[in-house]
Amino acid sequence: MAFAAFSAGTTGTEAAPRRKSPIALLLLLPGILYLVLFFLAPLVSLLLTSFQAPSGFGDVGQYSYAFRWENYVEVITAYWPHIMRSFGYALIATVLALVFSYPLAYFIGVKARAWPLLQSLMLVLVIAPFFISFLLRTLAWKQLLSDESFVITSLKALSLIAPDAYFTGTPVAVIFGLTYNFIPFMTLPLYTTLERLDLRYLEAGSDLYARPFDVFRKITIPLSMPGIVAGTLLTFIPAAGDYINASRDFLGGPDTQMIGNVIEANFLVLQNYPAAAALSIILMSVILVIVSIYVKRSGTEELL
Amino acid sequence: MKPRPLPADPMIAQLVRQARATQMGRRTLLAGAGGGAAALALAACSTGGATKPTAAPDESDTSKLVRWDNWALYIDVDDAGNYPTLDAFTAETGIKVEYTEAVDDNNTYYGKVKDQLALGKDIGADAVCLTDWMVGRWIRFGYTQELDLANIPNLKNLIPSLKDVGFDPGRKMSVPWQGGFAGICWNKEKLPNGLASVEDLWGPDLKGRVGVLSEMRDTMGLIMSDMGVDIAGDWGDDEYFAAIDVLEKQVADGQVRNIKGNSYKEDLINEDTLAAIVWSGDIVQLNAENGDKWDFVVPDKGGTLWNDNFLVPIGSTHKRNVETLIDYYYDPAVAAEVAAYVNYITPVVGAKEAAMAIDPELANNQLIFPDDATLAKARVFRTLTGAEEQKYDAAFQGILLGS
Repeated sequence: MAFAAFSAGTTGTEAAPRRKSPIALLLLLPGILYLVLFFLAPLVSLLLTSFQAPSGFGDVGQYSYAFRWENYVEVITAYWPHIMRSFGYALIATVLALVFSYPLAYFIGVKARAWPLLQSLMLVLVIAPFFISFLLRTLAWKQLLSDESFVITSLKALSLIAPDAYFTGTPVAVIFGLTYNFIPFMTLPLYTTLERLDLRYLEAGSDLYARPFDVFRKITIPLSMPGIVAGTLLTFIPAAGDYINASRDFLGGPDTQMIGNVIEANFLVLQNYPAAAALSIILMSVILVIVSIYVKRSGTEELL
Repeated sequence: MKPRPLPADPMIAQLVRQARATQMGRRTLLAGAGGGAAALALAACSTGGATKPTAAPDESDTSKLVRWDNWALYIDVDDAGNYPTLDAFTAETGIKVEYTEAVDDNNTYYGKVKDQLALGKDIGADAVCLTDWMVGRWIRFGYTQELDLANIPNLKNLIPSLKDVGFDPGRKMSVPWQGGFAGICWNKEKLPNGLASVEDLWGPDLKGRVGVLSEMRDTMGLIMSDMGVDIAGDWGDDEYFAAIDVLEKQVADGQVRNIKGNSYKEDLINEDTLAAIVWSGDIVQLNAENGDKWDFVVPDKGGTLWNDNFLVPIGSTHKRNVETLIDYYYDPAVAAEVAAYVNYITPVVGAKEAAMAIDPELANNQLIFPDDATLAKARVFRTLTGAEEQKYDAAFQGILLGS
């Protein structure tokens, strides 16, 4: 119906109706207000805070509005290893999650199509961890992998790891935690695209004498690209800003601190709000740049 | 930005054209700018003020209420979840107490209420218990109300060593609630020979199995004491940064496994750490819950003594009620009842004698009712100026964050 009305106007190219219904605007209002109040205002506040300079009686946490761009230079000089580490860990975790998730999603979405019950059961298993708090799951891993735990003592008994080796508080533990915690965000988007994968294309590929690997590379992968892009973004972005896994209270140690932990320490402990705000802005901008390059290169702008 | 060519399908092409037309006209740009300005106005509402707020008027006569924010597990609780001493207080004075376990960290609590405090607004609490150094900051900033000591006659029972402290000369703004030591503890099964000093934590057999506290004054206080510094006395950058070097080296060498706040207890339980710098009260509790597994000692060269103190936030309208409450808890019999539950050190003279009547074994526990020899070993970290606090915290956090 709407399409019919629409195609009538196509003769005069730009003559399409530009009426703005007041009802539509009214319906948009709550959404716009919400965004202004809870997104735009904090963002502006964050930006302003990042340029603040020490003031007042010069004591802990006393700052006032200024244009102190040196804040950015200072935090980058002081914390560039943490910034690099965050993106490094996030990248490794994203790649690992993709490697683990793709076969799983493929199995659920393609191979298990004939058995809907199995399909739903496996999906439930993927989602099941969400029923338990993120913090509890991470703490549980910390217990399971502590020095005197069954896992670590058995590995030591089998001489698979050195007798004085340990797991908690190491980069391996943090990357493990990130991968584990974000895997469902990778699996689910992959599943939704693979579930709709038209198997006739694969048959056509084989009919044209493509080897299974070529079919996978030239047909399956391109067709599941929307899922891959969505999944990697949903994993990479929160992983880069995550501060739970790397926290010293969870799986991290003093030499695994990520940018989120630095922001937390500056904000809560040192009360150095400008530094925390500047780091947040840097984190956001870097993610934005990385994501736009990634989306551009993978040719999936239409998806966003 | 060059527009991409339109898709061939006429209907889609039209859709795209329409979408583009609405994208960014002059008018939408202006509207956007308006939104930005509104956001700016909102953002400007946050505070930056440098003036000290003034105290709210007292309404204790008409409003019989105290809202008390305290740390978890820091008061006596019975099996039904009631607070016996608080109930007795309400029955005695008619003042209702809303007790909340709202403080789980000095810094996070401060972060939550500081903006209201700067404006002199009510923070939803009339009494808050915070640690010495944080109380010092509140007093420096003028965020507390001066107590009327005439309303707290039982304050004569305050132990003499706490009657005058650097951050609150003459105890005009704060009164101790409970205190504790930081010292060293070890796993008795794994380390039967025990430890005596901080130096022992750096032994090669403990590599990667040592924990230290993320509370700057406790960890640094113990290390500095071990180096022969009187942490309550007159020391400066040289002594502090020498101790920072020691800690930095032990962390970099992998001797120190982790640096934690309250959650260090989990590491002791699952034996990631076999020895650690810890708080005395926690060890009493850990031993009670996990079998008598750990030993605690205040090193001969010195441990730290800290207190959590009552203070009345500047925006509270129930100061007199709070004074009545403090007076009640400075009755030795009441103090003993609390001490029997919380395992920390009570600052009330006479509580030990009162505790003898309840439970002699408890009264003889050095961690709850320390004798003079133990007390003499523990020192209070000297009060820092604002500039020192910023400098020393930054150096300590630098180690916690690694590089």
